[in-house]
Amino acid sequence: MTDSRSKERAIAQTDYSRYDFSYSTKNYDVVFDKGLSDEVVRRISKIKNEPAWMLEFRLKALKAFKEKPLPTWGPDLSEINFDEIIYYMRASQDNKKSWDDVPADVKKTFDRLGIPEAERKVLAGVEAQFDSEVMYSNIRTDLEKKGVVFLSMDEGLKQYPEIVKEHFGKIIPLNDNKFASLNSAVWSGGSFVYVPKNVKVDIPLQAYFRINAESFGQFERTLIIADEGSQVHYIEGCSAPKFSTQSLHCAVVEVVARPNAHVRYTTVQNWANNIYNLVTKRAFAYRNATVEWVDGNIGSKITQKYPAIYLMEEGAKGEVLSVALAGKGQHQDTGAKAIHLASNTTSTITSKSISKDSGRSSYRGLVKVVRGCKNVKSSVMCDALLLDKESRTDTYPYVEIDEPTATIAHEARVGKIGEDQIFYLTSKGLSEAQALTLIVLGFMQPFTKTLPLEYAVELNRLIEMEMENSVG
Amino acid sequence: MQNTLEIKGLYAGIEGKEILKGVNLKISQGEIHAIMGPNGSGKSTLSSVIMGHPKYTVTKGEILFNGKSIQELAADERAKLGLFLSFQYPFEIQGLSFLKFLHAAYKAQNPLDTSSIVKFKEKIEQAANELHMGHDFIERELNVGFSGGEKKRAEILQMMVFKPKIAIMDETDSGLDIDSLKLVAQTVNKMRSPQFGALVITHYKRILNYLKPDFVHVMYDGKIVKSAGAELAQELEEKGYSQILKDAGIKSAGVKLA
Repeated sequence: MTDSRSKERAIAQTDYSRYDFSYSTKNYDVVFDKGLSDEVVRRISKIKNEPAWMLEFRLKALKAFKEKPLPTWGPDLSEINFDEIIYYMRASQDNKKSWDDVPADVKKTFDRLGIPEAERKVLAGVEAQFDSEVMYSNIRTDLEKKGVVFLSMDEGLKQYPEIVKEHFGKIIPLNDNKFASLNSAVWSGGSFVYVPKNVKVDIPLQAYFRINAESFGQFERTLIIADEGSQVHYIEGCSAPKFSTQSLHCAVVEVVARPNAHVRYTTVQNWANNIYNLVTKRAFAYRNATVEWVDGNIGSKITQKYPAIYLMEEGAKGEVLSVALAGKGQHQDTGAKAIHLASNTTSTITSKSISKDSGRSSYRGLVKVVRGCKNVKSSVMCDALLLDKESRTDTYPYVEIDEPTATIAHEARVGKIGEDQIFYLTSKGLSEAQALTLIVLGFMQPFTKTLPLEYAVELNRLIEMEMENSVG
Repeated sequence: MQNTLEIKGLYAGIEGKEILKGVNLKISQGEIHAIMGPNGSGKSTLSSVIMGHPKYTVTKGEILFNGKSIQELAADERAKLGLFLSFQYPFEIQGLSFLKFLHAAYKAQNPLDTSSIVKFKEKIEQAANELHMGHDFIERELNVGFSGGEKKRAEILQMMVFKPKIAIMDETDSGLDIDSLKLVAQTVNKMRSPQFGALVITHYKRILNYLKPDFVHVMYDGKIVKSAGAELAQELEEKGYSQILKDAGIKSAGVKLA
């Protein structure tokens, strides 16, 4: 019938290899044995030729990681075997500045990911990390001249040791949580961004993180400092091919928004569904600064991520907008934290989730207002869409308010797609799969519209593929 | 070829409750049929069943398109054959623009048409002009925040774009002010051709003054109880349903008649 024909056509037109190919860059010059020890940490630090304080930081963090029990308040993480993970591997010696110097096989991977070179050129800066090391990074010359720094974290540590030392591990301490500790011990790659006073970076800085290897742990570390009155949008894309064994992605992102600065940090992730994605993100927003976390979670086996904003001084604003799509065998445990530490601060949290094919999504969030912080406003909106009876959604909103002048709003909605709604669209000629996809894309639209066009297109394609895989 | 929709002895219901109790009806391209009847007589159910709403079960009888049963076809496949339903209560779809919806549905119905979205948009804008709808309308979320009248006009706009062979208009006139009603009727009249047939479901004679149907049917308790020409609408207006039913020898006890 027509339906199966159109499905076949859709499958034929879809280049799955763009998202999920087993093609890999084979030429690794350093690959560690599996397992984690002081020796592993020392070797990483030595390869990177780091200052002594960083090695000390790493070793302390490793100790903290070993002492902390596995968190049990969220999804089940007991299947992660930390001894079966490779903690460091490097495909090529240097971080390349010129696109021409990037090895051909890595270039090919980049091209197959669907970001053509022309598109990359219009972005303010680009960085791509494969496994442990950043393979390619570049920044537009005019921004460089204004003093904007966009480097791999490793390179940042080399070139700006003072700034890095001042902030690294200060927003997220090395013993903050088990996975932040792990990242602190074995971090490699990630971005270092510094935007000078009153400089506005008008188009996004882009980073791309990819796990190419099996049984691997990726531990990128990002630090963004937006000086007074500056403005920056950093956007990261993440993906990994499907392997039979589990991999771990465990990042730490620290953001400092000084007075009147505006930082938006966007993530679009599409991890393979056997990756544990356990990420700690936190921002400090000072006087009248604005920080926005925009977070799209597709794929992974388990994601635990609760981007946080500490509203440190008066007038600071925080916003978290997240979407999650949980399919078969997946648990997206995501949310946000807003910690109000000053008067006249505001936070807005919007969480949208879709669960299908027995997938599970949870919103877990915290709004905290410290006593004496007057006129705080916070609003939390959780909007969940369930596509079938087997799927599940939960909300765990924690509120700690020690201040009577605070205005806190919380709203949670669970929607189910009704037969009548589907019939309305199918009666106009759309197949059931198309109808569901359009409803889901529409549901995601408040998120999608914040993205640069090529990301929005890419995200919509990913969702369309996810939907086609599940329906019919 | 003359396309024909034929309904033969159709029984259908929902959750075990029978609503259609032996409907017979034949609509050919080029004809306009009107169905009138009191609330609860099964008019809207008939339109949903013809279009293939999965929540209704057909227990007996046939729905034929050009002599072939379409009962096994899903709603989208019926749309692709050239059937169209203008909804009494169109659904709101958040975040989906009217244009994107129209384009996706049009492409699904016309897979061989490769014209660009720009060309398509021009076509939509022309149709919107005819219906006195602003162009901003096209970019708005499907039916979200549309007034009752806007929703109905949006349904008619879809009908203009999809060019169905046979359209069912389920109470398109209710909720329309007199000017909108005239406009909608004019638009349908413009579509009138040997290639277009319609089944107009209504409570009121008003729209039929402008549409001038070829046939008028009275539906009551899940059946067509009387069929005649356009004059039947006038008769209904003058006598009311009760008298017409009485004349047709039907007891209407227990059912409140409009």
